[in-house]
Amino acid sequence: MSSSSNSLMDNLFQRSLEDLVKGFRLQLLGESSFISKALEEIRREIKATDLSTKSTALHKLSYLAALYGVDMSWAAFHAVEVVSSSRFQHKRIGYQAITQSFHDQTSVLLLITNQVRKDLNSANEYEVSLALECLARIGTHDLASDFTPEVFTLLGSSKAFVRKKAIGVVLRVFEKYPDAVKVCFKRLVENLESSDPQILSAVVGVFCELAAKDPQSCLPLAPELYKVLVDSRNNWVLIKVLKIFAKLASIEPRLGKKVVEPICEHMRRSVAKSLVFECVRTVVSSLSDHEAAVKLAVAKIREFLVEDDPNLKYLGLNALSIVAPKHLLAVLENKEAIVKALSDEDPNVKLEALHLLMAMVNEDNVSEISKILMNYALKSDPFFCNEIIFSVLSACSRNTYEIIVDFDWYLCLLGEMARIPHCQRGEEIEHQLIDIGLRVRDARPQLVCVSWALLIDPALLGNLFLHPILSAAAWASGEYVEFSKNPYETVEALLQPRTGLLPPFIKAIYIHSAFKVLVFCLGSYFSASDPTSSSLAQESSSGSSPVNTFTYESIMKLMNVIKLGLEPLSETHDVEVQERAKNVLGFIGSIKQELAEKVNPQDNETESYRVTTAFMEDVFSEELGPVSATAQEKVCIPDGLMLTENLGDLEDICGQFLKPVELDLVSYTDKISFSVSKLRIRDQQEASSSSSPPPEPAAASLLAEHRKRHGMYYLTSQKSDPESNSTPSDYPPANDLASKISMDPFNPKRKPNQSKPRPVVVKLDEGDESRITSQAKTKPKTVNDDETLSQAIQSALLVKSKGKEKDKCEKNSNIVLEEERLRTENQQNIEKKKKKKKKNGERSSIKHRSRRRSSSEQVDIPDFLL
Amino acid sequence: MIHFVLLVSRQGKVRLTKWYSPYAQKERSKVIRELSGVILNRGPKLCNFVEWRGYKVVYKRYASLYFCMCIDQEDNELEVLEIIHHYVEILDRYFGSVCELDLIFNFHKAYYILDELLIAGELQESSKKTVARIISAQDQLVEAAKEEASSISNIIAQATK
Repeated sequence: MSSSSNSLMDNLFQRSLEDLVKGFRLQLLGESSFISKALEEIRREIKATDLSTKSTALHKLSYLAALYGVDMSWAAFHAVEVVSSSRFQHKRIGYQAITQSFHDQTSVLLLITNQVRKDLNSANEYEVSLALECLARIGTHDLASDFTPEVFTLLGSSKAFVRKKAIGVVLRVFEKYPDAVKVCFKRLVENLESSDPQILSAVVGVFCELAAKDPQSCLPLAPELYKVLVDSRNNWVLIKVLKIFAKLASIEPRLGKKVVEPICEHMRRSVAKSLVFECVRTVVSSLSDHEAAVKLAVAKIREFLVEDDPNLKYLGLNALSIVAPKHLLAVLENKEAIVKALSDEDPNVKLEALHLLMAMVNEDNVSEISKILMNYALKSDPFFCNEIIFSVLSACSRNTYEIIVDFDWYLCLLGEMARIPHCQRGEEIEHQLIDIGLRVRDARPQLVCVSWALLIDPALLGNLFLHPILSAAAWASGEYVEFSKNPYETVEALLQPRTGLLPPFIKAIYIHSAFKVLVFCLGSYFSASDPTSSSLAQESSSGSSPVNTFTYESIMKLMNVIKLGLEPLSETHDVEVQERAKNVLGFIGSIKQELAEKVNPQDNETESYRVTTAFMEDVFSEELGPVSATAQEKVCIPDGLMLTENLGDLEDICGQFLKPVELDLVSYTDKISFSVSKLRIRDQQEASSSSSPPPEPAAASLLAEHRKRHGMYYLTSQKSDPESNSTPSDYPPANDLASKISMDPFNPKRKPNQSKPRPVVVKLDEGDESRITSQAKTKPKTVNDDETLSQAIQSALLVKSKGKEKDKCEKNSNIVLEEERLRTENQQNIEKKKKKKKKNGERSSIKHRSRRRSSSEQVDIPDFLL
Repeated sequence: MIHFVLLVSRQGKVRLTKWYSPYAQKERSKVIRELSGVILNRGPKLCNFVEWRGYKVVYKRYASLYFCMCIDQEDNELEVLEIIHHYVEILDRYFGSVCELDLIFNFHKAYYILDELLIAGELQESSKKTVARIISAQDQLVEAAKEEASSISNIIAQATK
């Protein structure tokens, strides 16, 4: 009794949704406490026995869940109760709650099956529609398979209102339960011929989604869809049909010829921008071989670009970037508009314009475009500025600096980038500076020059983002010190007081570079003062830089500067910095002492510092080269090397090496010399195999295959190459880019001979790719769900094409009710197909299922295309 | 397809959400927060499209309300803008010059109308008249039932059953 009286009170004085909303607007409690109070109330009300109280409570709950993110999963069972009400208003609230909160894992999901079936079969079309909407949103595999017969029936409903909803639901049903395709596909296709525009629009929408998942399956419908494309005047429908044809034309080129004319017709005729844009996109993405159509599309794009509407401008740029890879000319024609878009107030438009500009970069305009972009980078906000820098960096480094001819210019550009105030791409610039140093021998003097300019600027040291760049600059000026105009200044720059702002690991690079400079200076001082070896030393550095002349005083001064700069560092807490500083100080100490003794007349002792310096020079003289990413794999494990054994005696082994730095260098160069020598060996093998009969034909053919594919990375066998005089044979010749690029059709005015030849850029074979491209690469994900779906469609189409009539379909629909029987039916179907194939003299393999699109299964479109 | 529909006021208050793709409750709040941050901060004369997590979000502002729809990369942005406009026109016709308050107090009606417009993330009805007709028919159905149920005697009879 008490419970019923409670319920009565609840019912009479229950707050409606409107009261709740009003209360919410007037509340003074604060949002969260008001919600928790309301929830308390709802929890009580929802337990009421009468459905109208319950449904009102549920209604309020779904309001809170939709707008305030309140959890309503606990009320799932109550939602099921409300749905079972006979009143439409309750049902509607219940279904809304269910679509909003149910998901595949909801435990009471199975409880709604009967109710949904009842509603699907209801005479009231609005109840049917509620159930269909619910199914469209929460349909699981089980629900989809249970309701396939109902959906099939509703697809043929005489009420357009119900039929179009059933068509919409099909999408979800197919996705969750691919076997339903067998049952429903035919009826779905029949709707394509419907005269009712609403139904047509719905069914075209479904096919659009299906085609996006698996275009092959919609190919046989091309004639029907073509009819829609030509006859329909409904823009909603036309847009969807165009989307379908965009997918179909990319897998069936013959189709393009057929549809291109009607599409152009729509493009000319229509005033609706959405339709025109869809036509444009279809043409540029899928029909790009049809010149006239592309021309028309590009003309339309130009119209978009000059419009004031930012939407059209954005879409125009978007469409241009689709055109870019195949018809670069179209993009170049619109260059002005694109550059103008760079200063648009809309960041999206700016980004799109930037992408386009980068798409049209080639070796002729790279400096011009970069200049424009750098100006924009200086002016723009930090985000866009870095986008610009990143795009320029990645465009220029593409394919091992393919488009860069003048590396001196490019290095200056990198230096400029570092000075842009918002620059945050330090790591990328660092990588490229070092990379160019390693790969491009001719660019090293300029690299040293640019590095020096960066190092000497004390302002740069304060910017955290530039530290990587500075570390690269420090490394370069130490490694390639022989190109330095004034080593003394370099050392000063490396040891300036503000370097204290650097993190320790970069500081260590600075110290080490100063060490290299010192050793270089000592070396050239000794070789200059020693008449016997001077000619030899000069030869070794001939042609690279003016030979620096050092006097005893200048050397002593240099050493003092270094000593002064490093002494405080020998007591820092960072071990790396401390150790490096101590190394240098120790070296200076010993050399200085000996130099001072040298003032005395010559004796045998003087040789010792020469030996020390020569030793250090040797250590640093080994040149670093780029290392292929797969270099490690090429090294076979030597005999007796136990990689799995415990490293207990590691200390004994390491004790032999004095400096960890040297250890690094040695192992590094080892690897290179290995890979280079391997290259040479391979080349020799190749040469010998071409002259003498090959010992192993299989290996030789593999090798020849490899050479064919990667020919440009192989070393040339003849040594009479003019370039090989200036570069040692360790360097493979640069690939013959000039000839490739000169054939660029979009660049007719290009000068055939460069005023300055492109320097040699070292490239390795596979495993050598730019960091940026490897980062940007994303593998397309394969969706397994689609696989089953497309299989199902495929087999459904087979059924259709084999002329199985409606009765067969209906028979199938009955069979669906019992899954087991359906499965056996499937099995039989497959066996039938197999038998049929065997009859045709075609051998069917056991892997029948996995070969989803073998030529025998493909359903072609016979007369339509001819 | 349309993955979700959001209505957000200029102050960042959510007025309607409809999800056609599965998003967990937590994810939903995160998406709303993220997107309203992006969209509300965009100036008035910019384009109506935002790239977001590999999708595109098409939005349009009507008075104080932002209507947002999230679509796939290859969908037609202009078409979706038209769908949004279509929806607003239907709302306008239904409420008679619709304003934010109408949607606040009749949030469920806005849902029902949206359900007649879209199904499974696809446009199902492009005729405004038809939508209006269907909605009013359903309203009548509800009203008739209500009259019958709202008499006090009926309530008491039910409660003491």
